[in-house]
This record gives sequence, structure tokens and C-alpha cells, in this order.
Amino acid sequence: MAMNEPTELGRFGKFGGMFIPETLIPACQELEIAFKQAWSSTDFRKELDDLLHDYAGRPSPITRCDRLSEELGCQVILKREDLNHTGSHKINNVLGQALLAKRMGKTRLVAETGAGQHGVATATAAALFGMECVVYMGEVDIERQALNVFRMRLLGAEVRPAVSGSRTLKDAINEAMRDWVATVEDSHYCLGSVMGPHPYPWMVREFHRVIGAEAYSQCMDVLDRVPDVVTACVGGGSNAIGIFSGFVDTEAELVGVEPAGGAAIERGIPGVVHGSLSYILQDEWGQVLEAESISAGLDYPGIGPEHAHLADIGRARYEKVTDAEVIEAFQLLSRTEGIIPALEPAHALAWMSRDRESLSGKTVLLNLSGRGDKDAMQMMEVLG
Amino acid sequence: MMSRHEGIEAALTKKIQQGGKCLVPYITGGFSGYLETISAAADAGADAIEIGIPFSDPVMDGPTIQMANDVVLSKGITPERILNDIASLEIDVPLAIMTYYNVVYRYGLERFAAELKESAISGAILPDLPLLEAKPWMDTAAKSSIETILFAAPTTTDEQLPEICENSSGFVYAVGLLGVTGAREELASSAQVIARRCKEVTDKPVLVGVGIGTPKQAQEVAKVSDGCIVGSAIVQRLLDGGGAESVGEFVTELRTALDTI
Ligand SMILES: Cc1ncc(COP(=O)(O)O)c(C=O)c1O
Repeated sequence: MAMNEPTELGRFGKFGGMFIPETLIPACQELEIAFKQAWSSTDFRKELDDLLHDYAGRPSPITRCDRLSEELGCQVILKREDLNHTGSHKINNVLGQALLAKRMGKTRLVAETGAGQHGVATATAAALFGMECVVYMGEVDIERQALNVFRMRLLGAEVRPAVSGSRTLKDAINEAMRDWVATVEDSHYCLGSVMGPHPYPWMVREFHRVIGAEAYSQCMDVLDRVPDVVTACVGGGSNAIGIFSGFVDTEAELVGVEPAGGAAIERGIPGVVHGSLSYILQDEWGQVLEAESISAGLDYPGIGPEHAHLADIGRARYEKVTDAEVIEAFQLLSRTEGIIPALEPAHALAWMSRDRESLSGKTVLLNLSGRGDKDAMQMMEVLG
Repeated sequence: MMSRHEGIEAALTKKIQQGGKCLVPYITGGFSGYLETISAAADAGADAIEIGIPFSDPVMDGPTIQMANDVVLSKGITPERILNDIASLEIDVPLAIMTYYNVVYRYGLERFAAELKESAISGAILPDLPLLEAKPWMDTAAKSSIETILFAAPTTTDEQLPEICENSSGFVYAVGLLGVTGAREELASSAQVIARRCKEVTDKPVLVGVGIGTPKQAQEVAKVSDGCIVGSAIVQRLLDGGGAESVGEFVTELRTALDTI
């Protein structure tokens, strides 16, 4: 069975690890122990399941897309993470981590955010649990995701701009880690994807397993079999790992889609940044390069270590699409199905649209990780 | 007289045995005038010097060192260039580089250790390489006689502390506070606490760094520790355009403070 627990030092194959300042080692070790206990506690699991059901609106449905299927020549099924409370898959992980943080006696949540979806989800959970919340966001992203900045503030979170480097997601993570180094005693770092030091890549995957588990049984109900292909966009890779987890032990082909300007699997080189060893875009001296993408949520030069491993062993493959293809796909889904996607999952659709010939006649499950409201302003400018 | 080649631990131990306190200034490699600055710091009485190799994502560094990093990186100055510069630097105190693990990893562990040795650099400080992950590097470094200086943090548990001290070579870098590099108004109470905890479990030199930025703070912390590392307060002088002269004067003040405990 693939997607088991990582090794003791958080390795998936040769990737992963705990490359963090000594100051944070005890916190990550405590977190690992607390997570292990919680995850095997029926009380914790029930509390989280209830929250996911009553508060986040799970299970999310799957939707068969007839008009889109006709257009692409393959049968398209969407896993509707866009319908979750706060508008994306991010809430699954955040409710899990916030509940765990509360259990650990932490009173403050620190988070990074790119598109603002993880920030909004974290601010939401903090409001729900009465915790303090600080979200770091790159200055560039604060501008292009103004709506989410407003939402976070409305929810009572403090949004702090990351003003160094590329001023996007990578730099927001740096700032969040610096904050955590100083506040580790009362703060929990609510990391938003399957990256960072152990136990995050594993823990965040477990919190998103619900996507794959639901989708698997929904596909069995509706199709009476697994789809031929399961696809999702990949920034750090949390929504992708979530849906892949339900199908990794089946025959289904797994396809992650990255932005061309941040294609860590294809253009990256193994390296250590933000706590783990994985593929990252870097120069010949190990300086991390800036990713470039229309989508703030995928604008990241690295990728979660388990994806690096899945790519290495050939269990998943990773495609890349251009901003122009994404803009097309964003409109395509809106027009054919009445669903405005976030720019991130529009990447997965963009790949399907471009590779429609090879997908002809197949059944494809696409993880629609979020809705497009947050991108409306930006797309208004792009589309004129 | 100290020698650049005798190694950091030997040099610092000698100093301590003579009843002195150790002063290790941090200087950002590649910053304009940095070679003169290193010489000035040595002349002003530094016992060893830590030279930063800028990295794009320095998570353990605060705004001052980040800014100096960015200045160097934006000029396209490479780690190789810095190491070459240092190789030809004539100076008689031992040197350590401080950088992040990806720079080392990208070079290749063996190649990096060999380059350090070739540049007559005695030690390496890698703040995102904790003891748990350090073995491959430490084994490689040891083969080239490179000392790996490990961190002991205020959060480090009593169980982990002896192991960190035992594995550290050169000295033990006791982190003075919970937080990233940067000068602070007051010496954190955690600084003496971590110094004392380290001293209780090791005979190696224990130097406190992070949050030490004035002669008074240096003096205060060295009442317990064997000395200190001063970074941001020095780099700030470089950013302000003070150059080698300003840093030399400041290191003299720190030296005097440490010599009058
Ligand atoms: C809707 C949506 N999908 C995907 C992502 C990318 O994250 P991940 O790759 O972890 O799923 C984001 C990140 O902000 C997002 O908002």
C-alpha cells in the first residue's frame, strides 16, 4: 500500500525531513506526538468529523459534467471542494490543526497564505475557537487577492505583509516560520499544505484524506468503478494528495498539474527549503528561484515531499500548463457548467483541455479545490 | 597569538584557559568592503569570525541580516566568489561560515567541505540543520577537519541538550532568545539561562548569540557564558555605510567590555 506513514524522520522515499532551526525541533516533535494521539483517539475523530459535517458542509458532492464532457470528449466528474465553507479544500486541514492546537493548549494560530484561501480558513477556525490569528501574506498577493485580505480581517485575523524576496507565498512562509521561532510556546504554526518539516506533510495529508475517501465511495456509487484518471492542481500539493490518497492503491492514473512558471517536478532540483528535502526551483548555487504564476495559490517554487516521491517511483505524473491555458479553462468551466473555478484547479482543467485527445473516452475525476469568487477581480482585469 | 589554522575550538579554549572571554563577530560575506571589515574585526580583538554566505530564504534571520543578504544577492555574488575571496585573505584568527543547508547541499557535501578547507575556513554554522539531520554533513565535514557548530535553543529539552553539546565542535552556539537574529533593547532573560544550562553539561566553549548587540549586553551574558556572537548590530553598521572603520571601533568596544568583567 502506498501513502503509509513516513519514516521516523519524516521521509517519503528520500524526500522530506526536519530541516528547521533547533529552536523548533521540540515543537515539531510535540506536534507529532499530539497528532498521533489525536488521530487514534475516537473522541478527536468524532469531534473533527462533526465539525466537517456541521460546520464545513461535508461531504462535498461529486458532479457529472455533461456539457463539459461533450466538449472535451471524455467523461468529467468534479469533486466539489469549492462548495466547502470558506470556498476551498483548505478548511479540512485547518479544522484538524486548529482542533489539535486547542488540545495542545495553544492560544494563537500563525499561518502563511498565497491565494488567501488558507488564510481565510485559518482565520475562520480561529474565530470559531476563540484563538488569536496572524496571517502572513506576500505583498504581491495582498494586492491580487484583496477580497480575501478583507475577509481575513473581517474574521478578526491580523494580516501581515511579507515584504522580502519575491513577496509571494515563499516569502510568507519564511515570515511565518520566523514568527513561530519567536512564539513557539503559545503559538501553533498552521501550515497550509503538505510541505514543511515533519510531521506537517504527513499530518496535512491525513487531514485531507477525507477528500479521497469520499470521492472513492462516491465514484463506486455512481460509476461502480474507479475513474481512469484522477487529476488535481499542485502548489504545495495538499488538495492533490488528498484526492490521490483515495485512489493510490487502485488502477487509476494520478496526474498533478503545476503552473509552467512553478513546475517543481519538471524543472526543479532536489534541495532543502522550508523544512524538507524536495524538488525546488533553484540556481546552480542553491538560491531558490521565484516561481511565476497567474495563480497566487500555486506561485511556489517547491512541492511537497510526498509528491516528489510519487513522481520518483512513477506512481503519479506531473504536467504543467501556461497562464494563457488556465485563463481559457477558467472560462470554459464557467460557460459550460455554470461553475466558476478558482484559478488553481483551473490548471487541472487546462491540462485536460490541452490533452483531450489522449483522454478521449476516459473517465476523469478532477478535484475542484476551490471556487473562483476570490479571482473575479483579477480576472476582470485580465479579460477586460 | 592565535592562528587561523589551529581551529576554532582550540583557539577559544586557549582564550578561556587564560581567563578571557570570547568574541565572535558576524559579517555578511560579499557585502561591499567585507574583507577589510573582517580584517578590522580581527585587529580589534575578535577571537574568531563568522562569515555569512547569503541565502535566498534565511528563516533564522531578522530584518537587518536579511537586508544585507538581499544587497549581496542582488549583485549576483556567488558563494564560490566569497569562498575564493576568503581563501586569499591574510588574517590570523579562525573563521567559520554561516549559511543555510541548501547552499551546502547544492554544492555537494564533500565538495563544500573540501572548499572550506581549501579556503582555510575552520567551521560551519548551519541554522536550519538541526542535530537530528546533521549526521551526513558532520561525518563529511569531520573528514576534512571542519568543525560543525551546533545550536542549543531555549526550547531544547534537558534530554537533548547534552547530545547537542557533545556533538558540537568549535563551540556550542547557545541561542539567546526565542526568535530570529536581530539586535534587541534589552538582554533577554533567556540568554543567561541557556548559557548556564549548557555550561552545566559541557566543557566546550559556550557562546551566546542572537539578541546580543551592545557592549553592556555582551558583558552581562558573558558573566555566565564563555563569550558571545554579535551579528545584526555589526551588519547594521555596514548597512549604514560605516564600513570597516565603524565595525572596527565597535568590536573594540565589545572587546573592552568583555575584558573588564
Ligand atoms: C483553491 C486552491 N486550490 C489549490 C491551492 C494550492 O494548494 P495545494 O497545492 O496545497 O492544494 C490553493 C492555495 O491557495 C487554493 O486556494
